[in-house]
Amino acid sequence: MIEVKNITKSFDGRTVLHDVSATFETGKTNLIIGQSGSGKTVLMKSLVGLLTPDSGSILFDGRDMVTMNNSERKELRQEIGMLFQGSALFDSETVLGNVMFPLIMFTKQSQPEMRDRAMFCLERVNLKGAENKYPSEISGGMQKRVAIARAIALNPKYLFCDEPNSGLDPRTSILIDELLSDITHEYKMTTVINTHDMNSVLGIGENIIFINKGCREWVGNKDQIFATTNEALNDFVFATDLFQEVKEYVLKNGRSEHPGAARREFKK
Amino acid sequence: MILTNSLATFGRYCMFMGRVFSAPDKWKVFGRRTINEISALGIGSIPLVLVISIFIGAVITIQMQLNVTSPLIPAYSVGLATRDIVLLEFSNSILCLILAGKVGSNIASEIGTMRVTEQIDALEIMGVNSANYLVLPKIVGFVLFMPVLVILCIGVAMVGGYLVAMFTDLISVSRYEYGLQAMFQEWYVWYGLIKSLVFGFIIASVASFYGYYVKGGALEVGKASTNGVVASSILILLFDVILTKLLLQ
Repeated sequence: MIEVKNITKSFDGRTVLHDVSATFETGKTNLIIGQSGSGKTVLMKSLVGLLTPDSGSILFDGRDMVTMNNSERKELRQEIGMLFQGSALFDSETVLGNVMFPLIMFTKQSQPEMRDRAMFCLERVNLKGAENKYPSEISGGMQKRVAIARAIALNPKYLFCDEPNSGLDPRTSILIDELLSDITHEYKMTTVINTHDMNSVLGIGENIIFINKGCREWVGNKDQIFATTNEALNDFVFATDLFQEVKEYVLKNGRSEHPGAARREFKK
Repeated sequence: MILTNSLATFGRYCMFMGRVFSAPDKWKVFGRRTINEISALGIGSIPLVLVISIFIGAVITIQMQLNVTSPLIPAYSVGLATRDIVLLEFSNSILCLILAGKVGSNIASEIGTMRVTEQIDALEIMGVNSANYLVLPKIVGFVLFMPVLVILCIGVAMVGGYLVAMFTDLISVSRYEYGLQAMFQEWYVWYGLIKSLVFGFIIASVASFYGYYVKGGALEVGKASTNGVVASSILILLFDVILTKLLLQ
């Protein structure tokens, strides 16, 4: 579990995060949502240690990332996997090389053992057969899956995903969402996803944190979001006519009655 | 303002070097990466060094012969002057200015692209010291290979002059050969090698610094690459003066 307590962050006198507190639960997909410029990327970067908050604490199962020393932070970082918006795969390495990278740097496993683990991770994200290709030779969706395989190679306790669906078609986005959700439940990870994608919010949002103008305005899940009275959240999530219609339908008939729910059950 | 900015940049460069020169996380990985960098930056520069050296060696010989026309100056001085120009300046300072363009822009754009595509952030989040992992092999690999490039440059430039003597009637081969060997000072070779090590360090470290701190996108990567080349060229010229004063006086 990750607990964020009263963190504040300013840049050049402009406060981007105001006293934000939140809890990201273990074994759940935790979503951070909010408009562009709301501060969610700063929150995500603070969580992974790329930015240091001006005040407050970030507790990873009780260990405060803000106050820990460099060696403790280095140890903690080996428990963290991250999926970047642009995948951030190493261009000079093959798919297999990318997935093996954390194993090479942080384990004392033999070459065959590392290869086996990397192949297992690639199989887990349905990418068996692509191991000898370079990132430039595969599609955006495949790159995202390689990045997921690399992120889970060290069997992390915490998985962070920065806009995992950005630049992907709707079908591939759903596949990535399902993969992240499955991996989270399978490995009991604390997964934090920063997203703009409303399909993700309504599909895999088990714990949703809404950030507006640098403040945490709402916390709930994908079912509770339909009944929200928060105007900013309502405007953000149900901004299109289609989503507004979905909301009205769900509020009237219940979520399980919606045709989308039937389709999801059928797919399962 | 300019002084303050320069001092701030120098301070950041020193802190960056502090991160670069720390013990690698894995020596085996460091060794493998250093060999890769020797191949990419050092061996990859050999064709350019060969082409430039042979032509400049030939041009220096022709220029010397055409401009040194006094009957008081012995004919072998063409070979002697060609050798000393190559040993003292061309094989190290001029060569490094040229390499600052090729190797410096290569390093700055490679690291800059890694920065804007979040590859450096990915390394940091994994717990890897990205400055050390990416930059130290480049500096060590390039500095280690610099003497090879310098010696190659010296040899090939003299061959360039030799070809002029052989295929033109400007100077005889025997006089050119005699000039190459006349009044030879071994220290000039060491002087050139010492300078090249310093310049190699400047090229690799300054270009890495500019690439590492890129913010923005493709346009900024291009700017960082240009800034890296300009800054390392100026530093090479500055240290050329300092080292010449220290080593030759």
